[in-house]
Amino acid sequence: MLKINQPDYDAIRQHSEETYPHECCGVLLGHSDDDSRAVAQTVRCGNTRSDSPHNRYHIAPQELVQIQRQAREAGLEIVGFYHSHPDHPPRWSQTDLAEAHWIGCSYVITSVEKGQAMTTNSFSLTGDGEENKRFEDEPVAVVAEAVAFPSESLG
Amino acid sequence: MKIFIPTPLRQYAGRQDAVEVHASTLSDALSKLTSAHPDLKRHLYTDDGKLRAFVNVYLNDEDVRYLADKDKTAVKDGDSLSIIPSIAGGEDIL
Repeated sequence: MLKINQPDYDAIRQHSEETYPHECCGVLLGHSDDDSRAVAQTVRCGNTRSDSPHNRYHIAPQELVQIQRQAREAGLEIVGFYHSHPDHPPRWSQTDLAEAHWIGCSYVITSVEKGQAMTTNSFSLTGDGEENKRFEDEPVAVVAEAVAFPSESLG
Repeated sequence: MKIFIPTPLRQYAGRQDAVEVHASTLSDALSKLTSAHPDLKRHLYTDDGKLRAFVNVYLNDEDVRYLADKDKTAVKDGDSLSIIPSIAGGEDIL
């Protein structure tokens, strides 16, 4: 299960509308145990796939290094990622699976139709490694109050 | 030096978010990491010993692929090494 508070959930969906018709992307920070993750903060990232931003996304590794460092300093960890599917279903694609390498993390996808965020789904990447990794449907629990974790503002 | 381990690989590194090693070069540091935590090896390297294409390694804030001396680059105790699997994807062409 992915637990996320309403403001962070709304922020993801708002990001997907702002970048439409391009894909948005970002990182989910929080805490995790074996089969669930709780989001304490979302961090917007740039999509470096300027060659095909309407159907591809890529986060610069340098940006991830900085986010991982800031998360560590805030007592958080990277628990997942999000991106949007402009005018496409909110399901993982073969490209999403091929390019997914953070086993144990959540991959959140929001479909956007004509500029409006529609459905937001989450999939957990499971398996023992590249050879047998797979996405599994993951329930999303949106809670009204802030998830109680230490957090600091990230740039 | 400190090697920061990303969330998915911590289970293969004693559930630590960072591993301290004493090394003289980048390759020495990674070798000591995988010697201390052998289960990490197959997640970082292909069967023929090459770093997997999606595994990014940063020495402080530099991508090691672009360092002049590559994995022979000298390191010191105050340096940090970050292992960051790539993040990418996108929708299928319908």
